[in-house]
Amino acid sequence: MSVLSKFEETIICLKAGRVTLPYPAQARPLPENFRGRPIFNAAKCVGCAGCANNCPAREILVYDVCQEIRILQYLGRRCTYCGRCADVCPEKAITMSLEFENATANISDLGQKLDLFMSTCQRCGRCFKGVAALEELKMKGYRSDDIQNERWIYRATSFLESEPAVDDIKIELD
Amino acid sequence: MLKNLCQKMFGRSLWVYHANSGGCNGCDIEVLNVLTPYYDVERFGIKLVGSPRHADVMLCQGPAMRSTAHALKRAYDAMPAPKLVFAIGSCACGGGVWFDSYSVLGPVEKVVPVSYYIPGCPPRPEAIIYGVAVALGLVDKKVAPVEFKQIEFPIPIYHPGDLRRENDMVVYEKIKHV
Repeated sequence: MSVLSKFEETIICLKAGRVTLPYPAQARPLPENFRGRPIFNAAKCVGCAGCANNCPAREILVYDVCQEIRILQYLGRRCTYCGRCADVCPEKAITMSLEFENATANISDLGQKLDLFMSTCQRCGRCFKGVAALEELKMKGYRSDDIQNERWIYRATSFLESEPAVDDIKIELD
Repeated sequence: MLKNLCQKMFGRSLWVYHANSGGCNGCDIEVLNVLTPYYDVERFGIKLVGSPRHADVMLCQGPAMRSTAHALKRAYDAMPAPKLVFAIGSCACGGGVWFDSYSVLGPVEKVVPVSYYIPGCPPRPEAIIYGVAVALGLVDKKVAPVEFKQIEFPIPIYHPGDLRRENDMVVYEKIKHV
């Protein structure tokens, strides 16, 4: 009885085979629709900052150095690889790559920084249209995130102080 | 230097301690997946231990929270030197999606010094094994910072001097290139 059960156990154990994946030697094929690290294609980017405004982790920073140059910085540190930036990009400049082996000793290795050239509108002299028509009247058209401290600034401070364009309308922002 | 030290000190086996300081359990499941027979890191000598006093490596998941930061610091202090800290997941690396809320202090590097980062939400078990291999100096890291400058000159400039009045209309004739 007991001897037979040992044989049974042996047969069960041999049937199971080996399940360990030979990972470092040979990687398992990635599943379909796998999303890895987003890769920014600076040649296609037009600097609309749609990705920055849609990032749930708020880690794509936009900073306008001057009228013509906009810095778009992707930090990569708290990216959840959700793919919303790639979905919202009108120029398909962001692709979700298949890279998942992103381990590093220095977190700034994951960052990507684009210095974008923004051509100025010949008529109004601004780079980029604001959120809404009323808000646009009061805004300079700049976004100023804190690049040094890697922070997103909620309230745009770059509003025109003097000579408000619309005096009687109070605009609530955020 | 750190790599040589790692190879010297941690050549045989790494005993890891698994600390979650307020994550969502996703990264914990991936870390435990690494220890299952499918990935089986015990063939490399990596073993999960229950106490930080036995551990060489602390695997941190989740951000440093207001309530758990002190406990995380104490667990780190209890580990014998030399010690490594791995930040696993985007919460531990950068604070996660709720990095700026009240109860989240930020990434774990605000509380304990982090030696290796494994981003992902959650990272694949392969990515965690890869991170350990990077720490041991078996493979080189694949990521590098990217900086791209897209600067085009000349910029066409609008010259108010080129405006010309013509039959009740203002005509702008040329765009100058500088």
